[in-house]
Amino acid sequence: MVDQTPPAEGRGPDTGPESDTMLRYREDDPVAHAAVTVDAFLDQSNAAAVRVEPGDDARELIPHLERLDLVEVNFPSFGDGRGYSSARILREAGYAGELRAVGDVLVDQLAYMRRCGFDAFDPDAPLDAEDVEAAFARWPEVYQSAADSRTPIWAKRHA
Amino acid sequence: MYAYDQYDQQMVDARVAEFRDQARRRLEGKLSEDQFKPLRLMNGLYLQLHAYMLRVAIPYGTLSGAQMHTLADIAEKYDRGYGHFTTRQNIQYNWIKLEDAADILADLAKVEMHAIQTSGNCIRNISSDHFAGAAADEVVDPRPYAELLRQWSSFHPEFSYLPRKFKIAVIASEQDRAAMRLHDIGINIVRNSDGELGAAFYVGGGMGRTPMIAPQIRDFVPLDQLVTYAEACLRVYNRYGRRDNKYKARIKILVHELGAEEYTSQVEEEFQHLLDSGVEPPFAELERIRTFFADPVFDEAAQDDIDRSDPDFALWVDRNTVAHKQDGYVSAVISLKPVGGIPGDATADQMRVMADLATRYSFDELRVMHTQNVVLPHVRKADLHAIWSALDEAGLGSPNLDTIEDIIACPGLDYCSLANARSIPVAQKIAQRFAETKKTATLGQLKLKISGCINACGHHHAGHIGILGVDRKGVENYQLSLGGSEAEDVSLAKITGPGFDEDGIVDAVETVTSVYEREREGEERFLDTYRRIGMGPFKEALYG
Amino acid sequence: MKLLTGNDLKTGAVTWWTGSDWSIHVEDAVDVTGQEDEIASREEAARRVNVPYAIDAEMYEGSPRPAHIKDRVRALGPTVRPDLTLKPADPEIGQWVI
Repeated sequence: MVDQTPPAEGRGPDTGPESDTMLRYREDDPVAHAAVTVDAFLDQSNAAAVRVEPGDDARELIPHLERLDLVEVNFPSFGDGRGYSSARILREAGYAGELRAVGDVLVDQLAYMRRCGFDAFDPDAPLDAEDVEAAFARWPEVYQSAADSRTPIWAKRHA
Repeated sequence: MYAYDQYDQQMVDARVAEFRDQARRRLEGKLSEDQFKPLRLMNGLYLQLHAYMLRVAIPYGTLSGAQMHTLADIAEKYDRGYGHFTTRQNIQYNWIKLEDAADILADLAKVEMHAIQTSGNCIRNISSDHFAGAAADEVVDPRPYAELLRQWSSFHPEFSYLPRKFKIAVIASEQDRAAMRLHDIGINIVRNSDGELGAAFYVGGGMGRTPMIAPQIRDFVPLDQLVTYAEACLRVYNRYGRRDNKYKARIKILVHELGAEEYTSQVEEEFQHLLDSGVEPPFAELERIRTFFADPVFDEAAQDDIDRSDPDFALWVDRNTVAHKQDGYVSAVISLKPVGGIPGDATADQMRVMADLATRYSFDELRVMHTQNVVLPHVRKADLHAIWSALDEAGLGSPNLDTIEDIIACPGLDYCSLANARSIPVAQKIAQRFAETKKTATLGQLKLKISGCINACGHHHAGHIGILGVDRKGVENYQLSLGGSEAEDVSLAKITGPGFDEDGIVDAVETVTSVYEREREGEERFLDTYRRIGMGPFKEALYG
Repeated sequence: MKLLTGNDLKTGAVTWWTGSDWSIHVEDAVDVTGQEDEIASREEAARRVNVPYAIDAEMYEGSPRPAHIKDRVRALGPTVRPDLTLKPADPEIGQWVI
């Protein structure tokens, strides 16, 4: 699992090179490769960035995680929650590169996305910085173990 | 019953703050209705036929006197003096304002209540046996498992944007008092041949447009793998449930289209993978939760005899009390089905009466039944007369449990924008007909369920007699079906033939009960007679 | 005729376009035929109404009466609780709805 601590105080998200709207919570430098489709990625031995659509099977990427620097997961509509499973599956498999939610990404889904392992967000429409900060600070505790490093309540109860 | 620790309280408080912020942003126009809708639904707030409607969660149907008092206060302060108890053990208020919603959630949070995930494409209220902890036939009290799963499912980051709603029921007995086989996931806590407790999983049941009985997916999941197995079932659904058609998006369609065997195989594969992912709480957490569901300190000297000299009281005892595992005790059922009343509705004052009776006579605990009545689970027989007198005075003493007067009805076209026909007036007319003709007693156990549309919130597919309201060229019409059951002898009702108008359906119900009276053998229920003789004689009597 | 209806965003009350404003009384509603989309978008954008849409109606004894029973129940209130409707004292109201 990747360390997914919420951004420390005073250190806001880095905006990425691709757009002014992107939010990124990683220490390393952003990747500049264009993301190809899953099918194209599996065909090309040199691709290092892939975009996962809702209908794709993220597990097809598992044998190739070593060569991936960037996985984008597309949310064509915020109500289609398949991307949350794709993200978690990749983190469970040990993927440590950038995991970026793109598309119809809204403030009110950010916290759950972060818990599923996303560490970058490239929404179609810019997000209000204050709302973003509030969203990430919203939950003092969590009930479940997920793809982030937050300690679930049940672990705290029986520490 | 379960009591929050600081963590549980922090979670509901955070949720109130989150919703308050979301409502503010909606009112300011920062959120469109399309963006706001799933957020408010995940806090139980619908935009319904007359106003906003709020559905408050009553986890596995259990609540305390103080909580029932708060529900009464909310009805008075924010609504129009009453609430409606639902077929999923929740309560809903029909006249809510968006500008009050966050305050209501804050009031609820003060008494460890909420409206979390009572709507939306997420995991809903987990229901259970309304006689849990009191029934003599239960293997264990099922509610600790429901509570464990409630916490697991609340604010689940992966499963909050499912293809559709997701309903789970947990029981722990051979008798199914929670319609478990008609849920997306039904869990029955059982003992294996070594005497160990585990969970039998049934996946893919449901009512609605395409009713289905859930097949068994696994006969025994060890208790220390319960959450992991549930997670596997949900992940397969989230990934592969249909999203192209709202009416084919439930897990029952996925299980049906893949076949139970293939679905099971995918779940087992995901389950094996997830076992290494650390999602299961330690067994100590289940044990911690169980301590909240220990038996109350029963009065070991409680007397068994009841003074039956008052015939009205005796009738209520015979009909509305249910055997309890402890000598000298019963579970008492408070009827929310007065003849001519609105099934499942209670005024704020009635809620207060129920609350105070629970605090005084039932270890401060009440249960909501999915059949829209309320239970005082642990009552001494010696206290029954005092209880009944108070109930009778409050209009809560109808002695009609499981009779034809004990109708389950969705709110229907009077309240619901999804409905095609009114269900409540039909329920009222039917109850009145049988009360007037004094047939209620003769007919014995008869579970009649009415839905105002094909979404089947009235569970008509599972009625011994089921009624479905439809729209026939702008005019309300009612289809009659027979032979459904929600219990362990689960079956889906069959339509008799052409539908009836509002008066016609009442006559039709009377006709089929007359056939039953004519044909019954021995102590057979209506359902048994139907199963023995088939649809033929009923069809003949209805349509000639 | 077509009536434009929606809900008040804050209160959730059922409202009807009167030609200049939103009223909770369907009697105040006007025919919006041909202008439904224009009025709806404008009013929704200004947050003076939530989720507006047009319904069919006919004149009945001088007032608009929605063509479908569901819309009539929505206009008035639940038939099983006359005390909670907009016309609790009207004995003829059952006829109007059903």
